Amino acid sequence: MAYVVERKPLSLSERLYIPQVLAGMKTTLKHFFAPNVTMEYPEQRPAIPPGYRGVPTLVKDPNGREKCVSCQLCEFVCPPKAIRITPGEIPPDAANAHVEKGPKAFDIDMLRCIYCGLCQEVCPEEAIWLQNQYSMSGYTREEMVNNKERLYELGGTLPDQHFKWDKKKAAEQRGNAHH
Amino acid sequence: MVEFWQNLHPAVQLFLKGIAVVLVIFPLGGIGSLAERKISAAMQGRPGPNRALPIWFRWVPVLGPFLQRLGVFHLMADGLKMLFKEDALPGHVNKVYFVAAPILAMIPALTTVTAVPFGAYLNGEGELVPLVLANLDVGILAVFAVSSLGVYSLIIAGWASNSKYPFLGGVRASAQLISYELSMTLSVLPVFLWINAPGTNGSLSLFNVVQYQSQPGLLGGTWFFFLMPVSAVVFLVSLFAETNRLPFDMAEGEADLVGGFHTEYGAFKWGLFFVAEYAHMIVGSGVFVLLFLGGWNPLPWLPLEKVLGWMGVAGNHPILFGIASIVVFLVKVLFFIFVFMWVRWTVPRFRYDQVMKLGWQKLLPLAIGNLIFYAAAIAIIELHLGVAAWVALALATIVALFAILRPQSRAAL
Repeated sequence: MAYVVERKPLSLSERLYIPQVLAGMKTTLKHFFAPNVTMEYPEQRPAIPPGYRGVPTLVKDPNGREKCVSCQLCEFVCPPKAIRITPGEIPPDAANAHVEKGPKAFDIDMLRCIYCGLCQEVCPEEAIWLQNQYSMSGYTREEMVNNKERLYELGGTLPDQHFKWDKKKAAEQRGNAHH
Repeated sequence: MVEFWQNLHPAVQLFLKGIAVVLVIFPLGGIGSLAERKISAAMQGRPGPNRALPIWFRWVPVLGPFLQRLGVFHLMADGLKMLFKEDALPGHVNKVYFVAAPILAMIPALTTVTAVPFGAYLNGEGELVPLVLANLDVGILAVFAVSSLGVYSLIIAGWASNSKYPFLGGVRASAQLISYELSMTLSVLPVFLWINAPGTNGSLSLFNVVQYQSQPGLLGGTWFFFLMPVSAVVFLVSLFAETNRLPFDMAEGEADLVGGFHTEYGAFKWGLFFVAEYAHMIVGSGVFVLLFLGGWNPLPWLPLEKVLGWMGVAGNHPILFGIASIVVFLVKVLFFIFVFMWVRWTVPRFRYDQVMKLGWQKLLPLAIGNLIFYAAAIAIIELHLGVAAWVALALATIVALFAILRPQSRAAL
């Protein structure tokens, strides 16, 4: 509904102008002495809300093993083709030899990554997570490609209730190959 | 040391004094730019420049971080940037005038200082001698005459840039400065009418104004700010307009004119305009302090001589007296520099028609009325016209105030 705003005549102090300016100056002076409201970024960091989708990282299970089985689903689903996985076998004498496979190389090109989180969605092993690291910077293009070591360094270990590989190994030892 | 100084050739003395003043004004202009950044930041609730730190200061434990926080190294960085940036000369400008404009901006800014006394000392005979490069009898006239030349640089810069926004900025600057020069001069006249009693040697010297404000007695020691508040306010408002500071920032209003008269300028040439603006501010607030706020007297009714007498250093110590007077004066001037920045973040920029309306329809009649009022008051005092004349003056003032302050008619809205 349209309505008419009536323009009021100015009051005496408004027409004198100086009292109004002085009142304004009082307000500005209050702000002058008030503490700063800005966050000084590199020293102070904002609190990241849970579920924030920052830089994609690889995580290990609570036993310190890599979860990734290099199924390459994330590589296929990645819209900007930022992920490049080279699958590799796990040596038979390794502690986690019962795990199917592991990645020989795992590179994420952060110049291409769009932080869509599809890799996290698609990962059957919950091995790739978008965590709260949000300031990714570097001086060269090579620096902006996260290799496997860097991805695990960023990702660390996430709590995991499944212990899938432990269950699989226990089943195997009980003679039940297909658990 | 005093002996050695007095034995120097007068020309050498003047030269050294001039160099000393320029060496103070120029860095003050630079520091003004830093103060502008820090004070603006504080008013907006942010810390302001606080990053630059030369590598060798990183190792100084407390002072280094403190100076970094204060942002003093940004001043160095700004200066160096202005010096070493490519100083582009656009192809479409009138080269001679384009280069001459920033130089022309500096000349009046540094010349007006000569007539501004920034302190005083007592000589052997117990007389107060002003610390001024040229103690002219035409003092205030010289300041006004030279400082209004500063507008030439703006007009020439706007015209020589040969593009639309600088041209508009230059035109605006010239019209604005002419408008406000009138009310500025008229607002100062009552002060000089007041101090130059009939029959004495008349003088427009700023030093005499301060002398008048340091007299003993109730009326003698009053600062003119309390005696003539309307004059002071009109002068201050005109000063804001003359120095092209916000809210009268018409010449360079970046919201409507990109950068105004200095749109085509960069690097050191732009820096000269910038420093000239601050030098103008310093000289302008200096004149305001001398005229209306008692110059180097710390408080109203409390001359500097008295204060130093209490502290045990009476007039027999010229150097200490001089330094004390300069310090008091500079503190007041720096406070006014702060006020300039304070108002900048308080009052929004006017529209150009509002600037013209304020200058011609408000300040000029006010200054004229103020002049008539004080002329009548002085006549009543000097001619001993008595109570009846005072009543008549008071009635006339009240009538005039009613005429000025009558409520707006609805049609004018």
